[in-house]
Amino acid sequence: MSAFVIDVVGLTKRYGDKTVVNQLDMQVQRGEIYGFLGPNGSGKTTSIRMMCGLLTPDAGSGHTLGFDVVKEAAAIKREVGYMTQRFGLYDDLTIRENLDFIARIYGMIQRRERVDAALDRLGLTARQKQLAGSLSGGWKQRLALAGCLLHQPQLLLLDEPTAGVDPSARRDFWDEIHALAHEGITVLVSTHYMDEAERCHRLGYIAYGRLLACGTPEELTARSGFTTWTASGSGASALAAELEALSAVALVTRFGNALHVSGQDATALDNALAPYRAVSGVAWEKTRPALEDIFISLMRQAADNYP
Amino acid sequence: MAGTRFNFGRLLAIIIKEFIQLRRDRLTFAMMIGIPIIQMTLFGFAINGDPKRLPTVVVAHEQGLFTRSLVAAFTNSGYFAVVNADASEREADRMLAQGEAQFAITIPADFSHRLIRGERPALLLEADATDPSATGNAIAAVQQLAPLALQQDLTGVLASLQSSPAPFEIRIHRRYNPEGVTQYNIVPGLMGVILTMTLIMMTALGVTREVERGTMENLLATPALPLEVMVGKITPYILIGYVQVAIILLAARYVFSVPFAGSLALLLVCVMAFIAANLTVGITISSAARNQTQAMQMTFFFFLPSMLLSGFMFPFRGMPGWAQVLGELLPLTHFLRLIRGVMLKGNGAAELWVSFWPLLLFTAVVMAVGLKRFRKTLD
Ligand SMILES: Nc1ncnc2c1ncn2[C@@H]1O[C@H](COP(=O)(O)OP(=O)(O)OP(=O)(O)O)[C@@H](O)[C@H]1O
Ligand SMILES: [Mg+2]
Repeated sequence: MSAFVIDVVGLTKRYGDKTVVNQLDMQVQRGEIYGFLGPNGSGKTTSIRMMCGLLTPDAGSGHTLGFDVVKEAAAIKREVGYMTQRFGLYDDLTIRENLDFIARIYGMIQRRERVDAALDRLGLTARQKQLAGSLSGGWKQRLALAGCLLHQPQLLLLDEPTAGVDPSARRDFWDEIHALAHEGITVLVSTHYMDEAERCHRLGYIAYGRLLACGTPEELTARSGFTTWTASGSGASALAAELEALSAVALVTRFGNALHVSGQDATALDNALAPYRAVSGVAWEKTRPALEDIFISLMRQAADNYP
Repeated sequence: MAGTRFNFGRLLAIIIKEFIQLRRDRLTFAMMIGIPIIQMTLFGFAINGDPKRLPTVVVAHEQGLFTRSLVAAFTNSGYFAVVNADASEREADRMLAQGEAQFAITIPADFSHRLIRGERPALLLEADATDPSATGNAIAAVQQLAPLALQQDLTGVLASLQSSPAPFEIRIHRRYNPEGVTQYNIVPGLMGVILTMTLIMMTALGVTREVERGTMENLLATPALPLEVMVGKITPYILIGYVQVAIILLAARYVFSVPFAGSLALLLVCVMAFIAANLTVGITISSAARNQTQAMQMTFFFFLPSMLLSGFMFPFRGMPGWAQVLGELLPLTHFLRLIRGVMLKGNGAAELWVSFWPLLLFTAVVMAVGLKRFRKTLD
């Protein structure tokens, strides 16, 4: 069996004449938290569906947990916990009924005890008779996660699990994901939040259906070859348009009142920025590029390469 | 491979879930039970009503004592109101055709002459039977009044003519409606219409709802097989279908006094085949429809021809050829023949088979299409 929990090569999916996922190669190691990033419509959900046997790829092949993604979809479904992008449980069933339904579908023995344990772990024992539809966004996500974990999967596929959830609930959610990874469960999680990307062991960035970059956050930073300066202070944002026009500047990103000015060539960037160091009300500091800088620039390159 | 076989535990899980959801969805639940009751009330009582004083035109080729007495007898029955006591044949025809009169009574020229000679002359009663419910009771009443109509006039030497049978004959001519559908036809027919409507709509909406709410993706990511999902979702509706059948049968018997000539067991078998046919249509619609609105539209797209071309609304043999061909493709057409056969004619299995196998064929064909599409929901 391959050392990888997910190991796919050349995965391709077309809808009509649109190639939604294009020659995707991806490897996820056992026990790691793999962050799957990419703009809207880049093909994250479609890729995840192919990896868990819900969609048949038009080309490519691969294994999830050692099972063939095309031929052994049924086996994959038994071992994987997939949390869909939309809330996939029943709004008109109670919390308990939802979990009980899942337990029956997986044919669990000692159903009662396991549902009880899941409710207890969620802290929802007191509210088990409440309809799932009446839960707040954060609680819904936790319930959906509990549903995915009920059959004790080895691999979790989480599709934007924290979209629309408040920061503190997101934080709890991520603590839980780390705890699960610690227990040996492999997690593939898609997200649009950069702070969540920073919490992953490894990241993959997809745009236009192609995997553009893959590695640890540090590797990605180093590989981008970016030199980044932060301009802060009251006068900083007024400079954005002017700086963006400079040929040595690859990217200008706004962070509140500060600007991240990045370029590939450190010396050229230094020279180009020299005249602006004197501008009053702006403080300059050399920093590490943020993941956002790197992804935006990757996407722009991709847009140029694959129109 | 293990785990890809049909599993009754998973099926049970889905059935339980459907029942819980159905119980929570009060409106739908009320509708499933309410629709048969409302439709029975509307159709049933509308046709079972006993309209009186129906407009009647008299064509008297002979005026005289007997004619006057006969017309009086008709009027006294309460069902006939003479609007024209001395019309020409053409005029009477026109009045019937245009709906000005419901009945035309024609008394032939030598009526009294032949009556006195004991030749039992015939009197013609023509009925506009387009709405048989309107004329049924009146026609029944006529049969009763014939022997009594002339009792007072047949005295003295004519008293011998008072014997039964009546001294004259009433020929009844149901016009415009060759099949002569009676109200008994409608209540059993309603069973088919109600089952068609609720079952197709509920299954079509049920599966589409899962897709629309995003729960289908979750369900298909579990080991549940498409066939289990499908069977699990429709089982509760089969039970509900039988509840509807029970309501209709009870009402047919105790409210509308429809006779039940055949076997109840045979009827339930026919109902089963018909329910299966409708459920497969519902499932197919739900896999083709992208949302619940579309599912609803497609349901009506199927329901309307079923209603119009099956012989429920119009007598089947009265329809043009192309409409009959279309009608033969619809399960309701065959079910109406089955149920009328069982309830009214007391048909047995042998006579029912001709209408039974089309239902099975329909179910098999649609199921093949529906299941194939259903598998692909996510692709
Ligand atoms: N069933 C389908 N039929 C046609 N097009 C589809 C289908 N599913 C997805 N697409 C298209 O494929 C593209 C990729 O969709 P996908 O949902 O995988 O993106 P995503 O990366 O998950 O986006 P998001 O971040 O918005 O969730 C989109 O342009 C979408 O419109
Ligand atoms: Mg998505």
